[in-house]
Amino acid sequence: MDLQLTHQHEADRAEFRDFVDREIVPHADRFDLEERIPRDTIDHVAARGYFGVSIPREYGGRGSDMITYGLLHEEIGRGCSSLRSIITVQGMVAHAIGRWGVPAQHDAWLPPMAAGRRLVAFALSEPEAGSDPQAIACAATRRRGEYVLNGRKKWITGGQIADAFLVIARAEGKPGAWLVDRDAPGLTISPIRGLLGVRASMLSELTFSDCRVPGERLVGRLGFGLSHVAFSSLDHGRYCVAWGAVGIGQAALRASLDYAGTRRQHGVYLKDHQLIRRMLSDGLTNLAAARLLCYQAACRRDAGDPRAVIDTFMAKYFASTMARRAADDCVQIHGASGCSGDYPAQRYLRDAKIMEIIEGTTQLQQLTIAQGPYEDVYEKVH
Amino acid sequence: MDTIRTAIRNFVARAIRTDLLSDTDDIFARGHVTSLFAMQLVMFVEHEFGITVENDDLDIANFSTIAGLANLVTRKRTVGLPESVLEGRP
Repeated sequence: MDLQLTHQHEADRAEFRDFVDREIVPHADRFDLEERIPRDTIDHVAARGYFGVSIPREYGGRGSDMITYGLLHEEIGRGCSSLRSIITVQGMVAHAIGRWGVPAQHDAWLPPMAAGRRLVAFALSEPEAGSDPQAIACAATRRRGEYVLNGRKKWITGGQIADAFLVIARAEGKPGAWLVDRDAPGLTISPIRGLLGVRASMLSELTFSDCRVPGERLVGRLGFGLSHVAFSSLDHGRYCVAWGAVGIGQAALRASLDYAGTRRQHGVYLKDHQLIRRMLSDGLTNLAAARLLCYQAACRRDAGDPRAVIDTFMAKYFASTMARRAADDCVQIHGASGCSGDYPAQRYLRDAKIMEIIEGTTQLQQLTIAQGPYEDVYEKVH
Repeated sequence: MDTIRTAIRNFVARAIRTDLLSDTDDIFARGHVTSLFAMQLVMFVEHEFGITVENDDLDIANFSTIAGLANLVTRKRTVGLPESVLEGRP
């Protein structure tokens, strides 16, 4: 086993870090305050090709492996979880189209998505269907070669700026997935504001009222919209969130170390107080452990190993709880300053809490990890 | 074909924790598999047999039974083989 990154991985990570330090970190608190990411920042991300890191080269993407893709999410997540969320949903939909779409859909959608010219959001959750996606009620009715959508979707990341949506609904009782343009007649998009965290991820609620969608916009086949299209997209998203949470943990630990190394109380630096040092030691250890779980998931995903599904659950579960603890300690170490807008510590904590909810709550991860085949569970023990 | 069926049967039996599943029983009808199992099953046949499941393969008959899966794998492997192998030429 070789735990070293390749020279190419190191070079990619350095590139991602440089971009985040120059173009994201100085502005992330403003994005959070204004609850939006400016278009020019989105355009800079697009110009770098970061919307297409996981999309194959033949469609204009970078065609990178899962470790590189993870490093991108860690570094973007370190700077701004909201921007990381926008990149993640683009990747989730590109994955769905690439994996289950027909060649005409690959040709039509993947090149503009890789270039960031077309942003596409993932629309599964509904007001009454969150952790239980089988409960979706959004309906698609087949009518003369097209589908007519009726229903609502909620908590749609990037919905305020998306050019299109991958909408999961039921037709004839069977789940399906449709690509719906933003300007489709019958689709109303309402912004959701005032969230606890990832406030700049521009969430929306969608309302479909006799919204007509051409038949060729169906991705996959009827009956496979949840089990294959949506669940493989969520698996992809879960992987990205795990790395993004490592990014929050990294940011929180850096901020904690900086502050504890410069702030003096009772005549010594905070870092020399034993209880503070314990927080830093626990944080650094858990950060390293979370990153290793992400690397394991990355390697098995690249190998196409089915065990990658549960590895990804474990990585997301551990990384998201690690990030919340690290951010909580970061606020504690900063004291009153950590609760103010003068430092990003409070943003890290608010964003980290969201990581424990999106792409499967912590409780859903806890229910699922030990639910797999007994042999696989035992393997985790060895 | 028997080897393929055996490998698929072993994978499925681990998930639903029973050996009492015939090749034509509906894997999902018993309700003992998790919602993730359909995705894991696709990854398993791709990883184990070196095939790629695509849009054209999304037919319930291909995934609901061990026999259906074995037929899918056999069909896709045959399509992927070069003519020389199909015709038995060296």
